[in-house]
Amino acid sequence: MDNQAINETLGAGALADGHAEHVSLPQMRHHFETEEQQREAASLGMWLFLLTEIMFFGGLFMAYLLYRNWYHDAFVAASNTLSIPLGAFNTGVLISSGFMMALAVWAAEMRKKGLLVVFLVLTTILGLVFMGVKYVEYKEKFELRHVPGESFDISRFVNPTPEARDQQHLPVDTARKTELFFSLYFVMTGMHALHMIIGIGLLVWLIARAQKGDFSAGYVAPIENFALYWHFVDIIWIFLFPLLYLINIHPGR
Amino acid sequence: MSTIVSLPDQRTATLPKKSYLNNEQGLLSWLLTGDHKRIAILYLISITVFFFIGGAMAGLIRLELLTPQGDLMSSDTYNKLFTMHGVVMVFLFLVPSVPATLGNFFIPMMIGARDLAFPRINLLSWYLYTIAGILMLTTMVLGGVDTGWTFTTPLSTHYVNTHVVTTGLMVFVAGFSSVFTGLNFIVTIHRMRAPGMTWFRMPLFVWAHYAASILMVLGTPVLAITIVLVALERTIGIGVFDPTRGGDPLLFQHLFWFYSHPAVYIMILPGMGVISEVISTFSRKRVFGYSAVAFSSVAIAVFGFFVWAHHMYIMGLSNYSAMVFSLLTMLVAVPSAIKIFNWTATLYKGSITFETPMLYVFGFIGMFTIGGLTGVFLGTMGTDIHLTETYFIVAHFHFVMVGGMLMAFLAGIHFWWPKMTGRMYPEGLSKIAAVITFVGFILTFMPQFVLGYLGMPRRYHAYPPEFQILNVLSTAGATVLGVGYMLPLLYLGWSLKYGAIAGDNPWQATGLEWQTASPPPTENFAKTPVVDYEAYDYERLEEMQKREVTTVG
Repeated sequence: MDNQAINETLGAGALADGHAEHVSLPQMRHHFETEEQQREAASLGMWLFLLTEIMFFGGLFMAYLLYRNWYHDAFVAASNTLSIPLGAFNTGVLISSGFMMALAVWAAEMRKKGLLVVFLVLTTILGLVFMGVKYVEYKEKFELRHVPGESFDISRFVNPTPEARDQQHLPVDTARKTELFFSLYFVMTGMHALHMIIGIGLLVWLIARAQKGDFSAGYVAPIENFALYWHFVDIIWIFLFPLLYLINIHPGR
Repeated sequence: MSTIVSLPDQRTATLPKKSYLNNEQGLLSWLLTGDHKRIAILYLISITVFFFIGGAMAGLIRLELLTPQGDLMSSDTYNKLFTMHGVVMVFLFLVPSVPATLGNFFIPMMIGARDLAFPRINLLSWYLYTIAGILMLTTMVLGGVDTGWTFTTPLSTHYVNTHVVTTGLMVFVAGFSSVFTGLNFIVTIHRMRAPGMTWFRMPLFVWAHYAASILMVLGTPVLAITIVLVALERTIGIGVFDPTRGGDPLLFQHLFWFYSHPAVYIMILPGMGVISEVISTFSRKRVFGYSAVAFSSVAIAVFGFFVWAHHMYIMGLSNYSAMVFSLLTMLVAVPSAIKIFNWTATLYKGSITFETPMLYVFGFIGMFTIGGLTGVFLGTMGTDIHLTETYFIVAHFHFVMVGGMLMAFLAGIHFWWPKMTGRMYPEGLSKIAAVITFVGFILTFMPQFVLGYLGMPRRYHAYPPEFQILNVLSTAGATVLGVGYMLPLLYLGWSLKYGAIAGDNPWQATGLEWQTASPPPTENFAKTPVVDYEAYDYERLEEMQKREVTTVG
C-alpha cells in the first residue's frame, strides 16, 4: 500500500506544484501533498508546542508574582544571596549558545555540513557550561542550607554574617518567607534546567544525524524546529535572570 | 415513520476488499500504526474500558446511598470511590472521549486529508493515555486516593495518606496526551485541508474540535505545572501552597480551575460538534446560522478562560472579583444558547426522521438545556452560596457531562458506526437503548436537584433519613441507566459480525467522510477530493444521486 500511496502523493504533489520534474526528498511523509506543506505543518506544530510551554511556565510566573508582592522584603533578602556575576555569566553563555544555534540553522540552509556540525557542537558545549555553572550555584545553596524542606535554615537572614552583602536583619516570620523564594527559585530554574537537559539530549541526536548528512540536502525542518525550542529555553532564562537575581541590585539602600 | 436510511441490496453487498481494518494483520500492526483511524479504534477500546470501570464505581456509590446509614462501606472507602470515579471519568473518559475517537477518525476525513499532520505524535498520545490508565489502575490496586478529583490543598498535600502523587502523575501524563491531540488537530485543520476546503466550508464538527483543541493546548499545561507543585509539596515540602510557610492554598485553586473550568468545555465542545452533524443529517437541512454556530464554539473557548473563579465563590474570593466572574459566567451562557437555538431552528421545517443518533441528540438538547440553565443558578453568587457543595451541583454537572456529553458521544458512535465498521447496528434495539438511557438518566439525576436544593451535601456516605425516598429514586434510575449503557456495548459488538452491510453512505449525509468506502481505505480517499460546495448541501447531494441513477440505469 505504502508504495502506491507514496506514488499518488508524489503525483498529486507534482501537479499541485505545477512542475512535474520536481523530485521529492526521502524525508517527505506520505500523507502530505507537498514538502512545503510538511514544513509548514512541522513549524506550526512547534510554535503551538512552545505556546503550551509558555502556559506551563506561566503558572510558575503567576506564583512568583503573587508571593513577590506579598513578601517583598524576604524576596529581596533571599535574592541578594544569589550571585549576580555567575547569573550574568550564564546569561551571556546562553545567549552565545542561542547565537551558535542560529548559525547552525544558517549552515543547514546553506547545506554546509561541516559548519553545521561545528555550530551544533558549540551550542552543546555552551549548554553544558551553563549547566556546570548552575551546578556550582545549586551546590552553594545546599551548603548554606537554603534548600526548602526540613533542613531549611533562616539564621543567615535573621543574623547576617559580616561577609554577607549588606544584609539587613529580618524578623523571624519575614525570614521564614525566604523559603518560598527558594522554592520558586529551585522549581523555576529546575524546570528550566530540565528543558536544557532535554535540549542537550536532542542536540546530541541532531549532531549524529548531521554527521550522517541528513540535513545537508535541503531537509532542515528538525534543525529549524529545534532552534525554536532552544531559543525558547533561552527566553525563559532571560526572564528568570532579572526576576530572581536582580530584584534589588542596590542592596543596603 | 419515514426513514432516510438507504442500504445496499444485502444479497449482493460486500464489505470493501481492502480497508484500514484488514490492510495489515497482527497485533503489532495495530500497536505501531500511524493510521489515525486505527489509533481512533485503539482509543475507543481503551476509553470504553475506563468508562465501565468508572461506571462500576458510580454504581457502588449509588448502592451505598440507597440507605441513610453508611452500611455498605466505610466513609474512607466511600471517599476513595467518588474520588476515583471522578478522576477516571474526567481524565480517562470525558476529556478524550469524542476528540480522541471520533475526532481522530473523522477530522482528517472531513477535511479531505490522508491523515493527521503528525501520525507518530498521534500514536504517542495514545501510549501516554495508556500509561496514564496503567498509573490509574496502579493507584486503585495500591489502595486508591481520596482527595476528590480536585486535589484541593492542603488536604491533598498534608492531610491524606493515600496515593496522591501516583494519581497526580497519571493526570500529568494524561494531560500531555490531551495536549498532543489538541496540537495535532490544530495543525491538521490549518495545514491539511483539501483544495477548496475553506474555513467556512468545514463541517461544524471540525470547528468544534478546533475550539476544543485551543483549550487543550492553552489550559492543560497550567494543570501540569500545578500538579508538579502539588507533588513537590507532598514529597519535599516546598511550601508554595502551604499556609504555615506563607504559601496560599487559594493559588492552587486558581491554577487548578484555570485548567479545569476550560476542561469542561474541552469535554462538551466536541460533543456539540457531533450534534451539529447529526441534526443536520436527520432533518435534511443545512445547520441554521452556520457561521453563528461556528463562531459560538470559538466564543465558548475564549470566554471559557475567564470564568474559572466561579468555582471559588465560597473559598474566600473578594466580593468584587466574584462579581466580575459572575458576570463573565453569564456571558458564556450566550454562545451556548446560540447553539441550542440554532439547532432548534435547524429542525424547523426540516424533514425530520427519528433514527437512533437523532434520538440521542434530542436527549442531548433537552438535558444540556437543563444542565446549562442550572449552571446559571450556580453562576449567580447569591444562589451559589446556598447550592454549592450540595447535590444540586452534582446533578448540574452530570446533566451537562453525562446527559450532554455522553449522549453526544453515543449519538456520534451510532451515527458513524457504519462508517467505522462498514456494518449497521440493529436499529430497533438501539432505539430502545436510547430511550432507556434517557429515562434512566432523568430518574437518576432529577431527584438530585431536589436533594441539593433541600440541602443534602455531596461527598458524604450517610445522610438524614428524610432524604431517603429521593435517593432511592436516584439509585433506581442508576440501575436503569446501567442497562442503557450495557445494551450498546452488546449490540454494537454483535453488529461487528452480523450487522447489515452499510454501504458508503447509509444516511445520505453530505460530509466528505461519506464519499469514500465503509470502512474507509487506509489512505481515506482514492484521490484527493476537491471541494467546490458548502457544507450540508443536501440539494447538491440529491442532484448527484439523480445523475448517478440515470447514467447507470
